[in-house]
Amino acid sequence: MLTYFLKRVAALVPTVFFVTVIIFGLQQLLPGDAALILAGEDQDPQVIAYLQKKMHLDEPLPVRYAYWIGGVLQGDLGESLRIQQPVLGLIKEKLPVTLQLASMAMLVSLLIGVPAGVISAVAKDSIWDYLANILALWGLSTPNFWLGILMILLFSVSLGWLPASGYVSPFEDLSANLAAMVMPAFVLGGGLAAVLMRHTRSAMLQVLGSDYVRTARAKGLNERTVVLKHALRNALTPIITLGALEFGTLLSGAVLTEQVFSIPGFGKLIVDAVFNRDYSVVQGVVLFTSSVYIVLNLLADMAYFFVNPRLRG
Amino acid sequence: MKKKLLLALAMMASACVVQSQTLRIGLAEDPDILDPTLARSFVGRIVFSSLCDKLFDIDEKLNPVPQLATSYQWSADNKSLTLKLRSGVTFHDGEKFDAAAVKFNIERHKTMAGSNRRGELSPVTAVEVVDPLTVKINLSAPFSPLLTVLADRAGMMVSPKAAAANPTSFGTKPVCSGPFRFTERVAQDRIVLERFQNYWNKSEIHFDKVIYLPIVDSTVRLANLRAGQLDFIERVAPSDVASIKADAKLGMSRITELGYQGITINTHKSDQSQANPLGRDARVREAFELSLDRAGIAKVAMDGEATPGNQWVSPSNSFYAKNVPVPARDIPRAKALLKEAGVTNPSFTLMTPTTSDGQRVAQVVQAMAKEAGFDVKIQSTEFATSLNMADKGQFDAYVLAWSGRADPDGNLFSFYGCKQPLNYSGECRPTWDDLLNRSRNTLDIAGRIKVFATLAAEVVKERPIIYLYHRNWLWAYNKKLTGMSTIPDGLVRVQGLKM
Repeated sequence: MLTYFLKRVAALVPTVFFVTVIIFGLQQLLPGDAALILAGEDQDPQVIAYLQKKMHLDEPLPVRYAYWIGGVLQGDLGESLRIQQPVLGLIKEKLPVTLQLASMAMLVSLLIGVPAGVISAVAKDSIWDYLANILALWGLSTPNFWLGILMILLFSVSLGWLPASGYVSPFEDLSANLAAMVMPAFVLGGGLAAVLMRHTRSAMLQVLGSDYVRTARAKGLNERTVVLKHALRNALTPIITLGALEFGTLLSGAVLTEQVFSIPGFGKLIVDAVFNRDYSVVQGVVLFTSSVYIVLNLLADMAYFFVNPRLRG
Repeated sequence: MKKKLLLALAMMASACVVQSQTLRIGLAEDPDILDPTLARSFVGRIVFSSLCDKLFDIDEKLNPVPQLATSYQWSADNKSLTLKLRSGVTFHDGEKFDAAAVKFNIERHKTMAGSNRRGELSPVTAVEVVDPLTVKINLSAPFSPLLTVLADRAGMMVSPKAAAANPTSFGTKPVCSGPFRFTERVAQDRIVLERFQNYWNKSEIHFDKVIYLPIVDSTVRLANLRAGQLDFIERVAPSDVASIKADAKLGMSRITELGYQGITINTHKSDQSQANPLGRDARVREAFELSLDRAGIAKVAMDGEATPGNQWVSPSNSFYAKNVPVPARDIPRAKALLKEAGVTNPSFTLMTPTTSDGQRVAQVVQAMAKEAGFDVKIQSTEFATSLNMADKGQFDAYVLAWSGRADPDGNLFSFYGCKQPLNYSGECRPTWDDLLNRSRNTLDIAGRIKVFATLAAEVVKERPIIYLYHRNWLWAYNKKLTGMSTIPDGLVRVQGLKM
């Protein structure tokens, strides 16, 4: 167990190193001079020269990488040139917001997706199966921004039940926080619920047709125990992997939802930074998100280890 | 029981009063750094109008009006401007506003690394403190746009003490002398300002707090206004105008902008200009202009919320050159010009940023120009990339908008002056430079109008920029909000606003 864990942790170092190289390299591939866009409408040549120097754009690529990675290793991700705030501070400010949104979205998707998938598999070819499939198709094919705007129009403008957009910290006012986050969580989690439903359904169908389930039934176990204890537990393995991967996707995929609901999270931060060529922010945020992704993968592997006894052997 | 009910009603009433003292403004973007010296964005100027007073402001007719300066006097040779300053003004940190503060601020604008105001104040050579309430600004040459320059960010005054104490990140906690003081900023979420009790013009301020909330999507911005979460929104989408008019709870204002939407043509920026008949031959550019119906373009691209125009200022501006009126669409003449130029089916690429109105403009232009024989290929390019390509001369024609300045010089000098940063067409003519400098050196309005008329007649022969229209600033607000001033710069002034 420990060897397996240490091996996986050791593999993180080169992975993160390559990730930093890729992030930096991709950033350089972005067309357009960052200093030109940051200089604003007036395009003052002196301002452009100043920004180029400040961002080390006048230095060769490896030197620029060294400046950046040197800072990263010392915990300094740089400063946003657009708003003069440290990137680390921005991440600390935005991360809890996106984490809350992603967690709530994950909860919504699990609460809808897994039970719908189980029902769909158990009641295969019944009306429930068709309904669940239609729901999944709707969830997969509905664009986030469209659903978001429709929900705002219904629940905020027409009914006045929920705030149309914005964010309130849970430490400031928990009920206002939940009221502000419920629509975005549903919008973001809706698509994932459909994915989870489809995966749960196919995993359950496969498991329900296997020999050990037939044996369990032959032993006279009731259907509830067979489905929930024997079948679902095994079917959960790929769903855990998917959930972990999708949580990373939720973190980075919250972009549109955050834009629609004006939630000041990672998504809004990175979109603004990309369009404004605020290099330090883009690099810092992408590095952070990638690292979270890598760690989640590691945790998924660990979870496999616990769920699947064959790996322990 | 009755007492309790009355108490509850009184509490509710007082809660309503407290709520009404906060003004919530929805912005279309998140502002950049809140330091007048470094600031670059239009939306930042909206926040500054509550936060930082300027030496001058402008009125509806674009005339400079006193703000922190109460009067001005040009010297006999027009090479220095003496300003009398308002007495009894203090900055938000309690520091006194005086001539020394003006000197500090103008010098800060001129010398600070990365200053975006340096270019605007380039003719300023020195600032002299005459007495505590009199300051003299010396110039290298007469500079007529100076007053309107001082009515924008270059005229904003920050507390010298606070700026000196926090030189590298002053913009994160700005200290000025405007009606509201900075409280907090959560990037991309809100900027909160609270009423400055010692404001010199406090009788005009009727709110205790102003909160600016950046909401990028115009539909969501409007939904927030309808839901009562905002009191005012800027830059309403033209397609929403009809529904706002139909809503009894909402009011609307429209003002023609100071800027324009146009098509810049690469005439001399790079070798690419000479490889294409549009860049090579002025007759082809004239034919292209004659193939366009500006009113039609404004109708499709802006739902009619724009004024067709053919110059750097709108036809309603007092500096509009009446000798060069908006030409009507004339396809037979356009075809004749192409025949004369020996290119009956010229083809070129029209680069456009990926903004929705930019794309719509390109599509309508493509369809209209086709009728005259033009084969226009649209190249949609992300804005930062398109700017870079324009800077390198890697384009034939470029759909580019300009936010505009109060003085026509701000819409002209940088675009037509030789080697100026915004001269994407690459057109460089000593006669134009001469006219541009003359317009700067002439202080009387009639004289400047004459210079602009001569320049317009010259420019229209070459057409490095084909101006299309001037957009309307569209604002929507809670109908209970009164006292709106509609100044063409599109900034929301809180003075006089009441709920």
